[in-house]
Amino acid sequence: MSQTVFEPWNDPDAKPLIQFKNVTKRFGEFTAIDNQSFDIYEKEFFALLGPSGCGKTTMMRMLAGFEKPTEGTILLGGQDIAPFPPNKRAVNMMFQSYALFPHLSVWDNIAFGLKRDGKSKDEIAARVEEMLKLTRLEQFARRKPHQISGGQRQRVALARSLAKAPKLLLLDEPLGALDAKLRQATQFELMDIQEKTGTTFVIVTHDQEEAMTVASRVAVMDTGKIIQADTPQVIYEAPASRYVADFIGDVNLIDGMAEAREGGAEAASTAESETPAQFEAEIPAAETAPRAPQPNERGKWLHDKLFKYILGPREDAPKQLPPPTPEESKAAASAVQPYAIAPGGITIHWAEGQPPLIASNGDPALAGKRVTLAVRPEKLGISKDRPESANALRGKVIDIAYLGNLSTYHVELANGTMVKAQLANTRRVAQRDITWEDKVWISFRDTAGVVLGE
Amino acid sequence: MRRATLILLPYLWLLALFLVPFVIVLKISLSDIELAIPPYTPTLDLSEGWKGLRDFFAGLDFENFVFLTTDDLYWKAYLSSLQIASIATLCTLLVGYPIAYGMANAPDHWRPTLMMLVILPFWTSFLIRVYSWMGILSTEGYLNQLLLSLGLISEPLTILNTPVAVYIGIVYTYLPFMILPIYSALERMDGSLLEAAEDLGCSRIKAFWLITIPLSKTGIIAGCFLVFIPTIGEFVIPSLLGGSQTLMIGKVLWEEFFNNRDWPVASAVAVVLLLILIIPIVLFQRNEQKQREAEG
Repeated sequence: MSQTVFEPWNDPDAKPLIQFKNVTKRFGEFTAIDNQSFDIYEKEFFALLGPSGCGKTTMMRMLAGFEKPTEGTILLGGQDIAPFPPNKRAVNMMFQSYALFPHLSVWDNIAFGLKRDGKSKDEIAARVEEMLKLTRLEQFARRKPHQISGGQRQRVALARSLAKAPKLLLLDEPLGALDAKLRQATQFELMDIQEKTGTTFVIVTHDQEEAMTVASRVAVMDTGKIIQADTPQVIYEAPASRYVADFIGDVNLIDGMAEAREGGAEAASTAESETPAQFEAEIPAAETAPRAPQPNERGKWLHDKLFKYILGPREDAPKQLPPPTPEESKAAASAVQPYAIAPGGITIHWAEGQPPLIASNGDPALAGKRVTLAVRPEKLGISKDRPESANALRGKVIDIAYLGNLSTYHVELANGTMVKAQLANTRRVAQRDITWEDKVWISFRDTAGVVLGE
Repeated sequence: MRRATLILLPYLWLLALFLVPFVIVLKISLSDIELAIPPYTPTLDLSEGWKGLRDFFAGLDFENFVFLTTDDLYWKAYLSSLQIASIATLCTLLVGYPIAYGMANAPDHWRPTLMMLVILPFWTSFLIRVYSWMGILSTEGYLNQLLLSLGLISEPLTILNTPVAVYIGIVYTYLPFMILPIYSALERMDGSLLEAAEDLGCSRIKAFWLITIPLSKTGIIAGCFLVFIPTIGEFVIPSLLGGSQTLMIGKVLWEEFFNNRDWPVASAVAVVLLLILIIPIVLFQRNEQKQREAEG
């Protein structure tokens, strides 16, 4: 099988399964959904992510048919679904509370929707068995919902909503009631089932990790609007706004004034020569001074008039080290490499008396504007010695959060800004060389961050 | 020790307030009528010692119970009581369920008010409330006046002193006992269950039958028993609203006791009534237990 990338949203010929067209939903004065248009494609696992009250549940309830849009239309397979009540839609929903019927057995719960369709007994039995097998619930078929565990209930709810083979399955915070371990396992199970059945899933969640894990695309919502809808990678690595960057994962936000960097290859070299100059004050300039003592004007005259005849001519050319061996030059080249800075982009003046930050991926059009540089903690380096990096900032370790596999260092920068740097704990804690109150260098590459306008 | 005392307390109450009176009634039902004070024989005379005790037990027999089977008045009264209680319970359910349903679906801030309105009649004497129904239902009563003035009828309806008046009285009096358990069952129900049913292809009405009714079943059963059990022995309502042709065992009991002053037969009637009631009471208990299990 050829590994074609699944991204119908980039394919202009792909026909979306669901289309929101200028959908607005108001409850009295309150606007829950504010004029939203977007598409969801077949076989997608689409996540609506946002804090509580952002309208994500309203969005889902409109798809299920429990709410009607105040304005705009929702198309399912090209057809306006507004006139269809929930029981006439090829859409099923898995409820947050699971909403299992307490008076019916697991088997009857799963069969409930099929019976309403007036299918034959054999057909129903076959489909229920299939669903029980898919969700590994065979031995619980006769039990009542209160006789099984939370994880099993969750699977019954999933089996029940999948039994009718809907075109679209809606999942309302499906894993909220499960503990962390079980949630993780269930996330993979969900993805697996989604792949097996080929059903389009729309999941509502406030757990960004969950959304990132399961979804093919994540729509980040805030106050009735979709702020950004894209793949988890893009959402994480290239958030379109401060809100998205802040909402998804941990992030360091450094505010500053943007200034355009000169473009072209020259810019890189000037930047390179500029940056070291900034720490010359700290490191003695011994290396650049000539090694041998040089005579002054009078000494030269004396030499030329007198000593020349006794000692021979003076060597004017400065003394040089022997040329480097091939091994030495190779090592030097590799040492310089991580320090190479791409041309263009912007610099960000973020604090008085501090070197500006270089963001070669920044948009030069932002020059002269206030911008925010968003850098993920895991993209920050932390070291005691000044690292060879495009951006290196001095700071002091205030706090260390030990998370087992990782440690997060809270570092206070020169202007009081707190940043978080995350480092894998490759060594045991006792051998950790950075500790509280240590003066450290925070470093990151010129492309590590994302420059966000106001 | 403290636990044992705590458990003992309800049993002591049961002994003092139920078992002792019941044994006394049972004893009287086995005695014979006598024109004396008290109006039955034998009475236990402990001054005569062992002989007195033997004479006492020798004087007891099942004569009165046999008598109940000879006169068809009694079993007719029992049957008619069961019938009236059954029909009245069904009517109360039909009136009470929609009220409970409406209360459970009312906005949150309305519910305490509605609940109070249901309980409010208890603040007035039961007798006065039944009397006021006489004023409403009589030939010259408010109901007939209203219907006549509206032109809906030309002749006043005869409602008072008919079984219909008894049903109205029972439904009115016992309605809160039906509403409250059903309301509590409906209120506990998760609203998303109905949405789930709809989502899976049910119409609203179908979802009501398949989800709401089964889930309020325990409330319905509890309410029915709470109405049915006291209604069988009901005396005040049939005697005030029912007139002479309404035959109920409570009324028979009253007449035996106060009109005929036949305490032994009246006691026998009461004992049989209790035996009849044990069946629904046991069923009621089982329902409550099942509900607890389902919730646990």
